[in-house]
Amino acid sequence: MVDLRRAAAIVGIHEHVTRYAPDKSELQIQGESVIKALADAGLTKDDVDGLFTASSSARNSGMNLADYLNMYPSYVDNTTVGGGSFEFHLSHALTAIAAGRINVAVITYSSLARSGGVSVGTGGVGRFGHPILEPSPDSFEELYGMTTVGLYAMIARRHMHLYGTTAEQLAEVSVAMRHHASMNPEALFRDPITVEDVVGSRVISDPLHLMDCCIITDGGGAVVVASPEVARNCRHTPVWVLGTGEAIAHQGAGKRDLIYIAAHQSSPRAFEMAGVTHDDIDMAMVYDSFTITVVETLEDLGFCKKGEGGEFVSGGRLKVGGGLPINTDGGGLSSNHPGMRGLFLLLEATRQLRHQFDGTGRQVPNCQLALAHGTGGALGSRHSGGTVILARD
Amino acid sequence: MTTAWNKPLPTVAGETKAFWDSCRRGQLVIQICDDCNEYQWYPRGICANCWGENIRWVQSSGRGTVWTYTVTYQNRTPGFAEMVPYVLALVELEEGVRMFTNIVDCNPRDVHIGMPVEVTFQTATPQITIPYFKPAG
Repeated sequence: MVDLRRAAAIVGIHEHVTRYAPDKSELQIQGESVIKALADAGLTKDDVDGLFTASSSARNSGMNLADYLNMYPSYVDNTTVGGGSFEFHLSHALTAIAAGRINVAVITYSSLARSGGVSVGTGGVGRFGHPILEPSPDSFEELYGMTTVGLYAMIARRHMHLYGTTAEQLAEVSVAMRHHASMNPEALFRDPITVEDVVGSRVISDPLHLMDCCIITDGGGAVVVASPEVARNCRHTPVWVLGTGEAIAHQGAGKRDLIYIAAHQSSPRAFEMAGVTHDDIDMAMVYDSFTITVVETLEDLGFCKKGEGGEFVSGGRLKVGGGLPINTDGGGLSSNHPGMRGLFLLLEATRQLRHQFDGTGRQVPNCQLALAHGTGGALGSRHSGGTVILARD
Repeated sequence: MTTAWNKPLPTVAGETKAFWDSCRRGQLVIQICDDCNEYQWYPRGICANCWGENIRWVQSSGRGTVWTYTVTYQNRTPGFAEMVPYVLALVELEEGVRMFTNIVDCNPRDVHIGMPVEVTFQTATPQITIPYFKPAG
């Protein structure tokens, strides 16, 4: 393969910090985010030639967004694979930039899941429900009352059965995320919690409790990706893309062992491309739709062996100062989760690699390499996995 | 049966019509490919294994074991909201394919991974009969 390392960099970011925005449209949140991310980069509307977006609520979201922003991009990517879409977008933007098709790409997302009253995890076939097979033949799932939570809970149950993983180990993930959220003034929930709080919260879909599940918020943001030539002249030190891997996992005609998730396929691709090892990674942004998602993802990314994730996440390893700090913004479990959270993984990884929190407890000391892994869809049926490895200049 | 069925109904498309016709007769059928000899689930118009076209319907034993499950306590969808707690499960048929289902006719607390189960049918509409699984008798 062509060596794509450092062929593109993240040069601008913006997180729309609102967690509740009943007075705004999704397009307005994206518009405001794009404008501020470009300002962060020191670039303008005229510099952008690539537009990347995904939406749970709108079809043809790329066309809608170009219209709203009054842009005429020469490269449009509407890849929509659930919450991991934006890791796929970064991978695709890297390729497009390396091929010389574009110089500057904007990746953006927004959602009004909270003010819209959307039951992201338990709404069944609602617009934010788990991805159904459409058009038909989706005749073999919805009949049985599938929920997104349920599809993750089934994998959690299987993990417990095979490996002895406990509810208390899963709860450790929520506790660590809340600890990080306590240092993020924008996080929705900031009061520290304990393992007992998590396992004592009501059961949504056995064995997952309320506090094993991500929160529901509004929100959005944007990422600006640029060629090395452009990146060198931007306001911030570039955050380079070293490696990317994309994968889909599904039922495999009824035979796939879904205890292995898409990260099992995408992670080796990203590490091989980046030419780094797991020991080199200073922090990770791991999609935390549910606590089990983190346990399974860390295993299949290769940070620990299959089945050892429960032990791996325990004892504070995931906190800043631990062996592998993850989700230093508080994650989807405590900071924000508008439905497809993958974009925010890129934002916080970039902030960490910029050393934006130096002098505070949120900063991972001397952070040089970060990994982000977005999961979209449901572990129990079909989902995407996008792994990206990012480096400080 | 005239009771209104307020849960989702299947999309009976060309490639799945034979399956639903069989359910109405009380038979669970799955597909096997005559080219590669592999079973597949869910039903579809091609062999998902070798991409051949020589698939045919065969009757499943209707027996299997619970591969994994969850007892669902919250679902906002009408039809299921009234049904909680219910058991959502993946059952591995004796033929080796795993299908989504509900485990019915038992206390949700009694369900466990590896539990032997067998198919049972419920009439939803005059046209549609839906397969579920219950503890093997």
